[in-house]
Amino acid sequence: MTEDRKIKIIVAKPGLDGHDRGAKLLARIFAEAGMEVVYTGLRQTPEMIVETALQEDADVVGLSSLSGVHMYFFPRVVELLREKGLDDVLVVGGGIIPKEDIPELKKAGVAEIFGPGTPTAEIVAFIKNNVRTRD
Amino acid sequence: MYDDKELERIRTGKENWEKTTLGKALSRFPERKPVFTSISGMPVERLYTPLDTADLDYEKDLGYPGQYPFTRGVQPTMYRGRFWTMRQYAGFGNARESNARYRYLLEQGQTGLSVAFDLPTQAGYDSDHPLSMGEVGKVGVAIDSLDDMKILFDGIPLDKVTTSMTINAPATVLLAMYLAIAEEQGVSFDKVGGTVQNDILKEIICRGQYIFPPKPSMRLTVDLIDYCFKNVPRWNTISISGYHIREAGSTAAQEMAFTIANGIAYVKACVDRGLAVDSFAPRLSFFFNAFTNVLEEVAKFRAGRRVWARILKERFGASNPRSMMMRYHVQTGGVTLTAQQPLNNIVRVALQAYAAALGGCQSLHTNSFDEALCLPTQEAVTVALRTQQIVAEESGATDTIDPLAGSYFVEAMTDKIEAEIEEYIQKIDAMGGTLAAIEQGYIQKEIQDSAYRFQKEIESGERVYVGINKYTMEEPEPTNLLKVDMKVGEIEAAKLKKLRAERDQTRWKAALDKLREVSLSDENVMPAVIDAVKARATIGEICDVWRDVFGEYRPKEFV
Repeated sequence: MTEDRKIKIIVAKPGLDGHDRGAKLLARIFAEAGMEVVYTGLRQTPEMIVETALQEDADVVGLSSLSGVHMYFFPRVVELLREKGLDDVLVVGGGIIPKEDIPELKKAGVAEIFGPGTPTAEIVAFIKNNVRTRD
Repeated sequence: MYDDKELERIRTGKENWEKTTLGKALSRFPERKPVFTSISGMPVERLYTPLDTADLDYEKDLGYPGQYPFTRGVQPTMYRGRFWTMRQYAGFGNARESNARYRYLLEQGQTGLSVAFDLPTQAGYDSDHPLSMGEVGKVGVAIDSLDDMKILFDGIPLDKVTTSMTINAPATVLLAMYLAIAEEQGVSFDKVGGTVQNDILKEIICRGQYIFPPKPSMRLTVDLIDYCFKNVPRWNTISISGYHIREAGSTAAQEMAFTIANGIAYVKACVDRGLAVDSFAPRLSFFFNAFTNVLEEVAKFRAGRRVWARILKERFGASNPRSMMMRYHVQTGGVTLTAQQPLNNIVRVALQAYAAALGGCQSLHTNSFDEALCLPTQEAVTVALRTQQIVAEESGATDTIDPLAGSYFVEAMTDKIEAEIEEYIQKIDAMGGTLAAIEQGYIQKEIQDSAYRFQKEIESGERVYVGINKYTMEEPEPTNLLKVDMKVGEIEAAKLKKLRAERDQTRWKAALDKLREVSLSDENVMPAVIDAVKARATIGEICDVWRDVFGEYRPKEFV
């Protein structure tokens, strides 16, 4: 990662879930941490999220879900990213996600899951340490 | 409430105390922090005395329960007559599973039902719509057609139980289904009681379950209010909700202020329709949150009642006292629950329920301790219901009315929150009302700023949250979590296929054509919606007619 290019992150709300307090808060925290943030708004299909990632040349996709649909949506986003050749985009997630689901999500290619109460600094640090490096 | 001489004596006494006893103590033991604030960030002084309530006019500002301005409560006997309605929000999976949970709750002493719908139902999509993928039956019950609703209320007599339905954009459709079932049970509409949330403004502000643009949405809202006033007189036609505003991060005062501002918009829309304020206003109800800071919550509820009563009387010229009463449901604060050390949540919920009781609620939902982890299990739901039963039966809070009145602190806080509410309402009025304020992103930004401030306080350790930033510990993985069968979606899709093949096609088409025609006119849509659900039109099909006629809402995002 060169100094002049900011990390670009898509913050997305997949599905019909309307709980966006966390997503909006993190969008603000990421911007403060020097990242370039695109917030998608609500009701995003995996196809729409991946299209945005492609258009924006994003380094990171952050998915937020509190309605229990993460097992469907999160792996699908990773899958579509790979289909588009965006294998090096870091995918992270958060929301109400039972711990027992985490191993399967990680196996599907989600890099990390952040549950309720995670300090935001921890999320920022994880992204900075794991984002792809560019020439 | 004190004469000038008495106040002077107290002022002198307090100054003496500050110089002597207090001064000495402070020089030896400084206080824990320089400034104390409530969870909403409102400053809290060291000591409140009659000096802080000197401007209070008892008869004018407090009065008596069941009388204007209702600061002390909306009923003359409050919980000495009967307790609040114990109403647990529940629903998951298919209609059959939810019906079993409702019957269980009623057997356990619950006194009213509260239906949670899944997100496709709330967004007006059938279970087999592409956007419903993964969502069917997840956060509530999946309802596609009248057949599902019949199963949901199987064996539940609609003249004996009141039902609250958390449904907004498609509220007319679910109410139509409920009325169709009442008709089948032989219960006349004047005996049917319950509530639909029907509050589209807060969906646009913060909850996200909108479908149509604000203007046609408001038309549907008013159609429902108007229809019920004429045909279903015991129905609460709207539940103007601060709950989700608070969940999204607002302070206590903002929750009350923005909710009242939305309330003003609904009253105005009905008046503009030509309805007399005293005809519909008695059926308006509210829905609020309760956080753990008990005294601030009590002050919020008392201030809210006083402000609403004044607005209805002075701004809208209501003369029926029932029009001026802020009656409300409370749910304890979902966002206050922690995934860490989840049993601690039982204590939080107990304090919040206590706040709701001391504040004078009409019905209450107590959250389950496992809700930061998953949908609540039956065990957790039972503890939650018992929690409010203990508050009602054992705490003593229900033996006398508005027991915290006259507390120097609570009265001062009530006045302060009232002033903040009024300031916000003036600002929103100056912008041209709630819709204009939403359009400019003003309300959304105020809420987001508060959420941000709170998060910063937690992360800096300035505000302690047990189990999050203090008293943390290593914990074993939680077990016994409720999971919804992923197959619900497939089963519902198969049911829909069968329904579409077997229903009377001519009757179905005629009903939807009629609905389109009525929707394009100024006529009230309710009768056409009732006919459509009886003709087995699905919620998705009905909403598709409106998506076509009204268009869809796409919000501007303010981050």
